[in-house]
Amino acid sequence: MFRFVLKGILRDRSRSLFPIIVVSLIVALVIFNRGFLVGSMNGMFKDTAVISSGHVKVMTHAYQKESQLMPNDLALMDVDEILKDLEIKYPNYFWSPKISFAGLLDLPDEHGDTKSQGPVMAYGVDFLSSNSRQFELWELEKRIVLGRMIKDPTDALVGHKLADKLGLSLGDQVTYIGTTMNNAFTTFNFTVVGTFNLGMGPLDKQMMLVDIEGARMALDMDNAASEILGFMHDLYYNDDASIEIRNEFNTFHSDTTDLFRSSMIALRDANQMGTMIDLVDWSVFIILGIFLFIAMIVLWNMGIMSGLRRYGEIGVRLAMGETKGQVYRSLILESTIIGTIGTIIGTCIGLPLTYYVQAVGIDYSAAFENLNSTTMIMSSVFYTQVTPDLYYIGIIPGVLATVFGTMLAGRAIYKREMAQLFKELET
Amino acid sequence: MSNNKVVEIQKLLKQFPVGGDFFTALSDINFELEKAEFTGLVGPSGSGKTTLLNIIGGLDSPTKGTINVLGMELGSASHNERAFLRKTKMGFIFQSYNLLPVYTVFENVELPLILNKVESKERKRLVTQAVEWVGLSDKIDSRPAQLSGGECQRTAIARAIVHEPALILADEPTANLDAKNSHQIMNIMVRLNKELNTSFIFATHDEKIMAYLRRIVHLEDGQIVKDEIIENPEMGAI
Ligand SMILES: Nc1ncnc2c1ncn2[C@@H]1O[C@H](COP(=O)(O)OP(=O)(O)O)[C@@H](O)[C@H]1O
Ligand SMILES: [Mg+2]
Repeated sequence: MFRFVLKGILRDRSRSLFPIIVVSLIVALVIFNRGFLVGSMNGMFKDTAVISSGHVKVMTHAYQKESQLMPNDLALMDVDEILKDLEIKYPNYFWSPKISFAGLLDLPDEHGDTKSQGPVMAYGVDFLSSNSRQFELWELEKRIVLGRMIKDPTDALVGHKLADKLGLSLGDQVTYIGTTMNNAFTTFNFTVVGTFNLGMGPLDKQMMLVDIEGARMALDMDNAASEILGFMHDLYYNDDASIEIRNEFNTFHSDTTDLFRSSMIALRDANQMGTMIDLVDWSVFIILGIFLFIAMIVLWNMGIMSGLRRYGEIGVRLAMGETKGQVYRSLILESTIIGTIGTIIGTCIGLPLTYYVQAVGIDYSAAFENLNSTTMIMSSVFYTQVTPDLYYIGIIPGVLATVFGTMLAGRAIYKREMAQLFKELET
Repeated sequence: MSNNKVVEIQKLLKQFPVGGDFFTALSDINFELEKAEFTGLVGPSGSGKTTLLNIIGGLDSPTKGTINVLGMELGSASHNERAFLRKTKMGFIFQSYNLLPVYTVFENVELPLILNKVESKERKRLVTQAVEWVGLSDKIDSRPAQLSGGECQRTAIARAIVHEPALILADEPTANLDAKNSHQIMNIMVRLNKELNTSFIFATHDEKIMAYLRRIVHLEDGQIVKDEIIENPEMGAI
């Protein structure tokens, strides 16, 4: 019987070729879509994670409450100790201290008078310690426009737009003017060793990157840090894991009388990120739902699932003594074969495509040129991401939708009086 | 019921629901068919021939009355039991052939054997033999679209007889055929009837068929109005 069904499928193109093409296309689209969504979201998460939130981050409770003011007077102390603790307790993550600070950046002329001056947002990041992965995380290799990487605590990288605005050149001494963590006035000289382009408008306009030791000197923050960022070793944000360690950490540090107790937040706790993450989680269902629906409509109209085109055949087979159940099952067998072939072909198209865009990316910078959103940190090149589920996700729209649709449509066989099927084939 | 009775119908009533009402398609049908009979249900269009044939084939169920076919009480038989009876002991021939278009003559004829789980070597032998019977050996690998109407109907006959059923139900088998083909078809069936003792019931209003019948059951408005035995049919039959 299997061979009989197979022969029928292979010879009747309206039963095989077109449904297989449709299933393949839909499967390929679902795979690519999913890869694209996860990829672009992950790209976004990654930038947000690197620049501001980590996959998780630790601050003092007091700092967390007013974090948008960058209140370094509430910073974490004894950071080396905390780091050691974190590394032992949470070996799935690596940890990196960071100081965020703001102030004025002043470019003096040869007399020491101000040549140009502007507001600056600066991050002191641990670039220089021996096992630091921050250089890799910030992707500075491809983001440095001019000059070189930070090699010394007093070296600074400046956003290329900020450099333009202030007229900075490589080698210039610039003076940071601000306050220390003890709220004292301070000035500190950095040497501009390079400019960077993060591809994120607002940041490139006002950001400066220095080593954390430089920031500590400038702000009088010995062994202190605004935050400690934690990242999973593979750099992919794992929401469940992050929530788990956040909860565990905060349960452990729950002495509410201590304003300076350590407190952890996950990436999803940063503004609007939770919604995005939930959206990605739901995306698979949303995408699958939409395509499932499309697949069923299309296949229905093509007649593979509608018995209509085939009442004649069904009637004859019943007359020859097949039971309704046998006919029904052979229709399902047929759709399983078609769905499986379509899924395999679709996966063979969709997966390589997703791999390709994972490697090459799609550049959206033109579209984002005018977008001046400061709340969302977003890269202008989108990459897809191949996740393991892409290998089998096609089964849902490919096989399940086809089979499920056939099961629904095939119920017509049961609903009709058998003689009625004959009337329909007499005409 | 004696061993020779192929069909036994008593007080059969068949009504179809039409709107909120019932339409009586068959009423008070009493009918017996002996083994190896060559019988026609004859009557004008709408007289209930197809309905009666469908009920005998277990494709439709009676509203009232009892019907026994080849030893099975159809009224109390399940859908699957009736399917089994059709599969093993009955063959159907339709006015519009109803061949499966994507399969060759061989494959169309083979299907009843596949359903009966006959193994492949034996299938090949039986199909070849049945196709030979109907004189289509040279077309055995053709598809229905490549055949004439007469050839299609001969394929359908081969399909109906390949598993050597005890009873063949033929609903207007010659309605779409010209005279020459009609006679050819009828001759094949007469031969089958003679050589294999297969019982035949035709539903027809074709004069050409009537010349072959040995018994004519006249239907009118769902009732048997006359049941005549033809002692010496003009054409062929014993
Ligand atoms: N499923 C049905 N529902 C309602 N009426 C039907 C149905 N099947 C047949 N009939 C009616 O029963 C009568 C007999 O039909 P049928 O057996 O097909 O006649 P015949 O084969 O002699 O031309 C017709 O009047 C037909 O309209
Ligand atoms: Mg009829």
